[in-house]
Amino acid sequence: MEFFLVQSLNGVSYGLLLFMLSSGLTLVFSLMGVLNFAHASFYMLGAYFAYQVSAKIGFWPALVIAPLLVGAIGMLVERFGLRKVHRHGHVAELLFTFGLAYLLEEAVHLIWGRAAVEYRVPAELDGPLFQIMDSQYPIYRGFMMLVSVAMLVAIWLALTRTRIGLVIQAALTHPQTVEALGHNVPRVFMLVFGGGAALAGLAGVIGGNAFVTDPGMAAAVGPIIFVIVVVGGMGSLAGAFIASLLIGCLQTFAVSLDWSLGGISISQAAPVLPYLLMVLLLIFRPKGLMGTREG
Amino acid sequence: MAHPVIRATACAAAAVLLSLGAHAQTIKVAYIDPLSGPFAQTGEQGLAEFRFAVDQINKRGGVLGGRKFEVVPFDNKVSPQESLNQLKRVIDQDIRFITQGNSSAVAGALIEAVNRHNERNPGKEILYLNYAAVDPAYTNDKCSFWHFRFDANSDMKMASLTTWMAGRKDIKKVYLLNQDYSFGHAVRKAAREMLARKRPDIEIVGDDLHPLGKVTDFAPYVAKIKAAGADSVITGNWGQDMSLLVKAGRDAGLDVDWYTYYAGGLGTPTAMGEAAAGKVKIIAEYHSNVENNKASKWDADYRKQAPKGNPDFYFLRGKIMWEMFAKAIEQAKSADPKAVALALEGMRHQGDLGEVEMRKSDHQLIQPLYVFTLHKAAAKGGPKEAKIDMEGSGLYPVTDARLEADTSAQATSCQMQRP
Repeated sequence: MEFFLVQSLNGVSYGLLLFMLSSGLTLVFSLMGVLNFAHASFYMLGAYFAYQVSAKIGFWPALVIAPLLVGAIGMLVERFGLRKVHRHGHVAELLFTFGLAYLLEEAVHLIWGRAAVEYRVPAELDGPLFQIMDSQYPIYRGFMMLVSVAMLVAIWLALTRTRIGLVIQAALTHPQTVEALGHNVPRVFMLVFGGGAALAGLAGVIGGNAFVTDPGMAAAVGPIIFVIVVVGGMGSLAGAFIASLLIGCLQTFAVSLDWSLGGISISQAAPVLPYLLMVLLLIFRPKGLMGTREG
Repeated sequence: MAHPVIRATACAAAAVLLSLGAHAQTIKVAYIDPLSGPFAQTGEQGLAEFRFAVDQINKRGGVLGGRKFEVVPFDNKVSPQESLNQLKRVIDQDIRFITQGNSSAVAGALIEAVNRHNERNPGKEILYLNYAAVDPAYTNDKCSFWHFRFDANSDMKMASLTTWMAGRKDIKKVYLLNQDYSFGHAVRKAAREMLARKRPDIEIVGDDLHPLGKVTDFAPYVAKIKAAGADSVITGNWGQDMSLLVKAGRDAGLDVDWYTYYAGGLGTPTAMGEAAAGKVKIIAEYHSNVENNKASKWDADYRKQAPKGNPDFYFLRGKIMWEMFAKAIEQAKSADPKAVALALEGMRHQGDLGEVEMRKSDHQLIQPLYVFTLHKAAAKGGPKEAKIDMEGSGLYPVTDARLEADTSAQATSCQMQRP
């Protein structure tokens, strides 16, 4: 029972971190049709900025400043890069973000070196939150969940209850009409891309000290967030949320199982299961769990 | 005006003479390891230390009355295929010595390629100095006359580690967690066999493999270790797989001792942070706070000029390798790989921490090893020996035990084919 409870909490908190990572990606995709390969690099930048800022003025300011910085870089990328590439079609955009991911990684190498940097969980969040029988549950994991849920609520409110949110939603399906109504659609695109980058940056601030801040961190999470976006349904925020929790719990519980199939135990195969899920889903339900468009 | 053909011949002859002259001056050693990609920092660490070692030897006047060493880097991106491409370049540049350490998969490919090359090109042999690839096979059934290993192989490290563990009666339940590839498998197999022999009362309460470098969240593994009731974990994990595991353990309040090979690897102490203090143990041939350290001046000198990302002196075996290599060249009175190999075989050498021997039967260096624990600084409650920390992480290595060279020596199945 204790084991089950702990593993459930682990699964949910990991799932929520994955959601923080993938929400920006799926937002950008739904609005702009851009599959942003550099998304995980924004996650990495978030962690490094947070490391730098928290070393100077502390973790709490970093929690706000680092995502804003990453968001600003995201907007610059959209304004001066992606927008120019846009007229050459989606393949060019894809290649552009692909190249950008490499550039950002090299930039991180040059500025912060190749080794991991010492980005720590702040003292006030370090320690056990509560005790389940004799297992501790760390405060920081609770904090991760809190930030992630707060983010989900904020995005949802922003998209459904604000003017800019309505414009974004409208531009999603009818960009020409929105433009004809006098809204600056390119600027909306820029805001959304910057916003998506900022969300990834926030995930970096939270994930960078929970796990490790090094130049390999983008590559480590890159594939899994694509799986989430595909499984959840391209462009569906609710789908990404469900898929994140599903994959978080799937991986966590698979580790606990010692059943074996043909010499390979389930726990050994745990990290591959999300990819298996993606392949199966693409075969049997290509639009994903909550997606609206086919393929 | 000279005839064009004569002029061309003269030029060619001059070029040949020049290149011969250059060879007479320097002995080049190709360093084939990752210098880009995710493992680049590890590759650069070895390169920086070897360049330092070579500088010291060159400053003393080199070998054979003034010939200097030069380390020439070749980036293999830890890929066996790419390593073979780089080996071709090495051969094209007429470099006769190679050294490599990261990844046993690469080492296997190189041993085979070197064997084949040497068989087909007598008089142009290549000699391979392995400073870190620890798959036991390369000094057992896959041994080669042209391969010399200066690191203790993974079975030898496990032998020393389990000998020490056998004396600790508080160890009762051990969990094995390793990366799912040849090295992880070797660690797990050796741990099971040796513990069963030396401490049959120890219960192995779990034995898991996880994919190499693909796990971000180790909390589920930690929950499993906890549920199994383990008091110790043996792991061959390195890099991020090592640091994330220890951090996840501390977050969940897991109270175990970690018995590791590579928790001291570059970047890992920083990433683990104080989560590791008092808990993480390492089996290796050196740490900076070791007792009666004759390499302490070398260590300090290295630190003074160390590149930014590689602040610590790590590879004592690298220092030993260069010293023995230089000595072998002097003894052979030649930089011919075959003569050097014959001189290296069976060589005894006074290392900084005791005598070492390059065993003739399998070309495996037999050396003393240490079990040590990472502690907090003496001022923060750590032991008084905690003087130098690893890469400024606040983690200070302090010896638990020295295990003499014969503890780790294993029988070999090698049947050496000498040319």
